[in-house]
Amino acid sequence: MSRRVDLLIVGAGPAGLAAAITARACGLDVVVVDEQAGPGGQIWRDIEQVGATPRARLLGQAYGEGRGVVRAFRESGAEFLPETRMWNVDEDLRAYLAHRGRAWSIEAGALLLATGAQERPVPFPGSTLPGVMTVGAGQILLKSSGQVPADPAWIAGTGPLALLYAIQLLAAGGRIAGFLDTRPTGQTLAAGRHAARALLTGPRDIAKGAAWMAQLRRRVPVFGHAHGIVAEGGHTLERIRFRDKRGAEVTRAAKVLLVHEGVIPALHATQALGCRHEWDAAQQCFRPVLDDWGTTSVAGVHVAGDGAGIAGARAAGLRGELAALGVAMRLGRIGAEAAEQRAAPVRAALRRAIGVRPFLDALYPPRVEISDPPDAAIVCRCEEVRAGRVRALAAGGLTDPNQVKTATRAGMGPCHGRQCSAPIAGILARMGGSEVRDIAPGRVRPPIRPLTLAELASLDATEAPR
Amino acid sequence: MPVTHLNMTQIERDEAGESPLFRLVESPENSVTIRVDGVPVLAQPGETVAAVLLRLSPAWSRRTHGSGERRAPYCMMGVCFDCLVSIDGTGSTRSCLARVCDGMQVERQDISQGLRT
Repeated sequence: MSRRVDLLIVGAGPAGLAAAITARACGLDVVVVDEQAGPGGQIWRDIEQVGATPRARLLGQAYGEGRGVVRAFRESGAEFLPETRMWNVDEDLRAYLAHRGRAWSIEAGALLLATGAQERPVPFPGSTLPGVMTVGAGQILLKSSGQVPADPAWIAGTGPLALLYAIQLLAAGGRIAGFLDTRPTGQTLAAGRHAARALLTGPRDIAKGAAWMAQLRRRVPVFGHAHGIVAEGGHTLERIRFRDKRGAEVTRAAKVLLVHEGVIPALHATQALGCRHEWDAAQQCFRPVLDDWGTTSVAGVHVAGDGAGIAGARAAGLRGELAALGVAMRLGRIGAEAAEQRAAPVRAALRRAIGVRPFLDALYPPRVEISDPPDAAIVCRCEEVRAGRVRALAAGGLTDPNQVKTATRAGMGPCHGRQCSAPIAGILARMGGSEVRDIAPGRVRPPIRPLTLAELASLDATEAPR
Repeated sequence: MPVTHLNMTQIERDEAGESPLFRLVESPENSVTIRVDGVPVLAQPGETVAAVLLRLSPAWSRRTHGSGERRAPYCMMGVCFDCLVSIDGTGSTRSCLARVCDGMQVERQDISQGLRT
């Protein structure tokens, strides 16, 4: 039995929540699904449980800001389906959902993908050992469980999140053995040309970042331009090796190593739908091609939030509002003029919110090694395919990720290429003398989220996917 | 069977001298009991199964189906699939998205020796 809804939103982070609130205010019938148990996305994870506790203060103002948004969402009249996966969408916007053993479909007048970002895959030798995790994972554990690494942790990477987590971890009573800044030298200078606009639009962000870095340097050994990182151990991480900025090898005992090289848009849904994508040179990733209302090249499909290109939570909320106004306009609930009028201040706020981004992108580029990892690095974590294997295939003439998939199973495992597609594209580009932007991403097929056979069998035969 | 205390703010080494990867900052006010590979383990209400696994020693969630190597939760946000476990009989469940509840049966996933029926 299929039902119809004006707007189906996938993802209850800042973009999805803002879109739901705006769409409801325009009189649309809205359903929001999320894999998590509660609204908030990754940035405001577990905000309804944690928001009123001392832990929220420790997590900072940006986290606390989620409370009001989530409350407004709860009061908006949008229907929220937690722990629900969207595993397929037809061209006529029939979305297939699953929750705890049952699958069903919803016909949507419009679909908003607010699925956010994932951390950029960081393959290096030993990166699959227990004890090696992402910084984002560490932060989620702090937010939702109030837990920190038991022993002093190593943090390796670049970007605002690595810095923010380090500060939060220290504030929570955690300890840091060392911070490996993986930026190549000269990056601060390279970012300089974007600094004026960043200072103009986001002076507080810049001041905050500088203060964090100063605090970190006072309290933790910081290794500049760390590279050649290797994790070693038997069943679990025991030590790390890396080269410092002078090229000298350093070996240290380690039990937890948290890595981070920025975030990239989560593109599985737009790729499965066949939306057009473009290469973002500044952020070194693909993103969907969108108009001013977040509309993709596929009619009725919109994207808002970091899935549209990395811009942070504030921008995500504003893009969510714009997408909702665009949907309301297209469904005839508000006139074009009214939509433009309501969008104008949102667009102005969006320009301010993303003003700091070019500076951050230039200041924190991902390190080159992760798109061209050493032979011993496992690039496909699911099928345990090493970089050397992909490199050998590329040397033999393979140029297409789909060929690599057929030859090695890389991308066929449960994560469906979410971890391996970026490094494999990097290796193919390097070996073939081309650029990553020229490597067409591998095909993405449904189910785009895990689905049990029992769930598939529970579908009403009249609404089975075509 | 004694409940594994996971007292969670302190680090306790197991017989092999291994200790958990993570610890809680504060002792929780309430707890529920789940079983991990049959062993009773205390957990905070509403937290994820993956978070609990990281406070156990040794900390791991699955063995790879190829080499049989241990993996532990890696991304905690549903994209890496290294935290797959069986929960109340449903295999290949991402433990970073699953919330604990009293009496939950969690089994670390090992299909390196073939699927059980």
